Amino acid sequence: MNFPILSSLILLPTIGALFLFFTKNKDGNNLTAKYVSLFTTIVNFLISIYLWIYFDQSTSNFQFIEERQWIDGFINYKVGIDGISILFVILTTFITPLCIISVNNSVKTRLRDFLIAILIMESFMIGVFCALDLVVFYLFFEAGLIPMFLIIGIWGGPKRVYSAFKFFLYTLLGSVLMLVAIISIYWITGTTDVIQLYEQGIDTRYQNLLWLAFFSSFAVKTPMWPVHTWLPDAHVEAPTAGSVLLAAILLKMAGYGFIRFSLGLFPVASEIFTPLIYTLSVIAIIFTSLIALMQEDMKKLIAYSSVAHMGFVTLGIFTIQQQGIEGSIIQMISHGLVSAALFLCVGVIYDRMHSRLINSYGGIVAVIPKYSILFMLFTLAALGLPGTTGFIGEFLILMAAFKDNFLVAVIASLGVILGAAYMLWLYKRVVFGKLINVELKKMVDLNRSEYFILTCLAVPTLFFGFYPDPLINTIEISVNDLINMYKTNLINK
Amino acid sequence: MNNLNLVLPEIFISISIMFLLVLGVFKKDSSKLIFNISLIVLFITLIITFNETFAINRKTLFNDSVVIDYMSSLMKIITLIATFLVLVISSSYLKTTKIFKIEYPILILSSVLGMLIMISSNDLIVFYMGLELQSLALYVLATFNRDKLKSSEAGLKYFVLSALSSGLLLYGCSLVYGFSGSTNFDIISNQLNSNEYVLTFGIVFILVGLAFKISAVPFHMWAPDVYEGSPTSVTLFFTMVPKIAALTVFIRFLYVPFLNLIDQWQMIIIFLSLASMIFGAIAAIGQTNIKRLIAYSSIGHVGYTLAGLATGTNEGIQSSIIYITIYIVMNLALFSGLLMLRRNNQYHEDIEDLSGLSKNHPLLSISLLIVLFSLAGIPPLAGFFAKFYIFKAVLEESMYFLAIVGLLSTVISAFYYLRIIKIIYFDNQKDQYDNDHSLWLKFTITLSTILVLIYFIFPSQLIDLVSRINII
Repeated sequence: MNFPILSSLILLPTIGALFLFFTKNKDGNNLTAKYVSLFTTIVNFLISIYLWIYFDQSTSNFQFIEERQWIDGFINYKVGIDGISILFVILTTFITPLCIISVNNSVKTRLRDFLIAILIMESFMIGVFCALDLVVFYLFFEAGLIPMFLIIGIWGGPKRVYSAFKFFLYTLLGSVLMLVAIISIYWITGTTDVIQLYEQGIDTRYQNLLWLAFFSSFAVKTPMWPVHTWLPDAHVEAPTAGSVLLAAILLKMAGYGFIRFSLGLFPVASEIFTPLIYTLSVIAIIFTSLIALMQEDMKKLIAYSSVAHMGFVTLGIFTIQQQGIEGSIIQMISHGLVSAALFLCVGVIYDRMHSRLINSYGGIVAVIPKYSILFMLFTLAALGLPGTTGFIGEFLILMAAFKDNFLVAVIASLGVILGAAYMLWLYKRVVFGKLINVELKKMVDLNRSEYFILTCLAVPTLFFGFYPDPLINTIEISVNDLINMYKTNLINK
Repeated sequence: MNNLNLVLPEIFISISIMFLLVLGVFKKDSSKLIFNISLIVLFITLIITFNETFAINRKTLFNDSVVIDYMSSLMKIITLIATFLVLVISSSYLKTTKIFKIEYPILILSSVLGMLIMISSNDLIVFYMGLELQSLALYVLATFNRDKLKSSEAGLKYFVLSALSSGLLLYGCSLVYGFSGSTNFDIISNQLNSNEYVLTFGIVFILVGLAFKISAVPFHMWAPDVYEGSPTSVTLFFTMVPKIAALTVFIRFLYVPFLNLIDQWQMIIIFLSLASMIFGAIAAIGQTNIKRLIAYSSIGHVGYTLAGLATGTNEGIQSSIIYITIYIVMNLALFSGLLMLRRNNQYHEDIEDLSGLSKNHPLLSISLLIVLFSLAGIPPLAGFFAKFYIFKAVLEESMYFLAIVGLLSTVISAFYYLRIIKIIYFDNQKDQYDNDHSLWLKFTITLSTILVLIYFIFPSQLIDLVSRINII
């Protein structure tokens, strides 16, 4: 197949954004802008579904590869997907249209510019998951900072400037070291092509430093304790759609990077640094869960829960076992769906009451029952109830962790209990109890678009919770071969 | 006689300057005419340079004191294009601030002539001659708005400090001459062997002089004051054009006569580079005047350019030239934007004046947004690639410290670029600015912004242009 399907997937949102840019910016035109961007992203979603259908699940080779000369004799523009990346691509194309539907209530000014930023963001995010060249990856990885900075800074809450700066500078600081590492890899091996690097490996002498350089970037982006502090700020101040993108997709870039690059390129170093990752992950799980318990702001609570969930992900990845990595990937997908939904849930009541404080709510179950049911579903998914995707991910990760390191697994399991505690407590305080605040009685239940978005997110959460086979089948061989390659490289060196 | 074709650009521009001076004396109110003729002169010089010298490999003239090779032609062309655009976008500024006088374009032309001579120089004396011609014209330009106290102050400061550095430079030249017996670069390079430590003094003095001209830390003190005080159109000229010429001389001076002494000067360049990058990034944070901020930011960018030179390889030189070219394009866009901040015949120069610009002037703001992110070095904009090539060359020589500190200082410098973006996009709006800008201004800002934006689609073209530069 010669049609550059991945490039069109990457480019299509940008073309949509360009189109929006050249339309007139009138308030009456907002509806058109919304339809255009919705149309673009839905087409993109359909293309990615088409990809999934035609994706060959029986091989771990990269598929739909495109290669083009870019910087002469140095870097080729190369994209392709395997079983691991395709799920993230689909997650991206699935979440973005929902974000665009959700902007109705949360974004009041400059809607067109907001949609442009989201569309460009989508291009970059898809690019990250498709890139098969380190420089191309870095390009997309960093470029995403620009639209996100603007989304937080222009449309964010009262402390938006501080949060936007913190987000930008933290991530940039982490990433520049990765750039040094990428250029060094070029001079060490003579290529930045990921497939070639997989084949030829990197000299053991350099692996530790290179691994640390990549780690500094991914750790900030994941985020891992102790460099997670930008995340709560960014989440709290970002508009709902921004928080959703940030939680659902941006955080996954780092997890994906860990699997694709840290494990794939530096097996020796990964083996050495596994204890470091375990420690940081376990601290993240317990520590941020405890912090989440004490939060009074709902968005902040969910943000801290994200850090804890990503702790599970990093833990699972570095067990370097089939179940662990598969669990991590499913946990990332699940977190993408569930945290997106939770942020949207918070957004729904924020749009009505303009408060995110937990104690300003209580007893709303009688007023808005539909909302309460869906919120309940996502709360349970977040704490990993069997029957939701959250359970599959956490279960697989813990299983692998028990095989590898008993103590770590036990502590991490405590995190599951804490997770249940803060999520249920949040739900209890917001939804149940006595309706003291009379203002709350005026709340209206979910409107059609909100209902639609939350249902869209609920369906896959439940479906893959009961029947995870489609996900597991897609990633199984790729993960398996990744681990085999990891093991052989480890022995050879 | 045939060989004189090679210096035809210089000859043509000198005759034009004299002609324009005479014209200016005898014809009244001829400032507009002279301005337009100067543009034509620049354009014709550009064409002559392109036709006569671009295809030539390497030729020397006048007892080897002038060299015409690919690098000199390329740098001359960049200089001329940049000057042309600078002149063309500053006309409305000059008219508004009532300094649209006959001397202005003539001084610019003289300083360009000095730069062309510098770029081609292969001899210490020729190089010094070009440098002084260039500087003398710049002193006058800096104080051009003589009714303003700050402008006079800027000119005086620039003159005194620049004269001092020229003195140091001359002293260095005389030391080098004393030890090698010649002022010609080629002969010096043959005479040297790396054991002559005393010669290092000569090199250091010359480097100090050159570092002053490109405002590298710790010889940068004049830059912020001069940039702030001079008329904006002159600041625009300062930030870009003299740096091209000085960079060329830097390259030729380090790589032709003194390449064997690389151990002696490499540490100096690395220090200049690191100090400029860090200082430029940190000192810019507290600024409130855009021109001052640009001064510090240009100090930082000079640091990155020098990092390429510190490598001692062809790749390093090429990456420096790419860097300065991309920097010029970004600066053109930035200053075109600055020249658009006009309200009631007043130009605004404080960062606060940009507040909420995005609501009233969305297109101007988006250009500034793109350019500022590019200056901060965020992919996929051109500024990222400029830094990318530099650090690629630096890492090839395994200079990890330089690369890591350099990249960390880009993070610091990102802060103040972000601050401007914040003021443009996140803050509350102020009054509208005028919208009736000259066509050239609009053209320049559009063209340079688009170049910055889509550079990543055609990154190879610029590399092809510079890859023929082979000094070593």
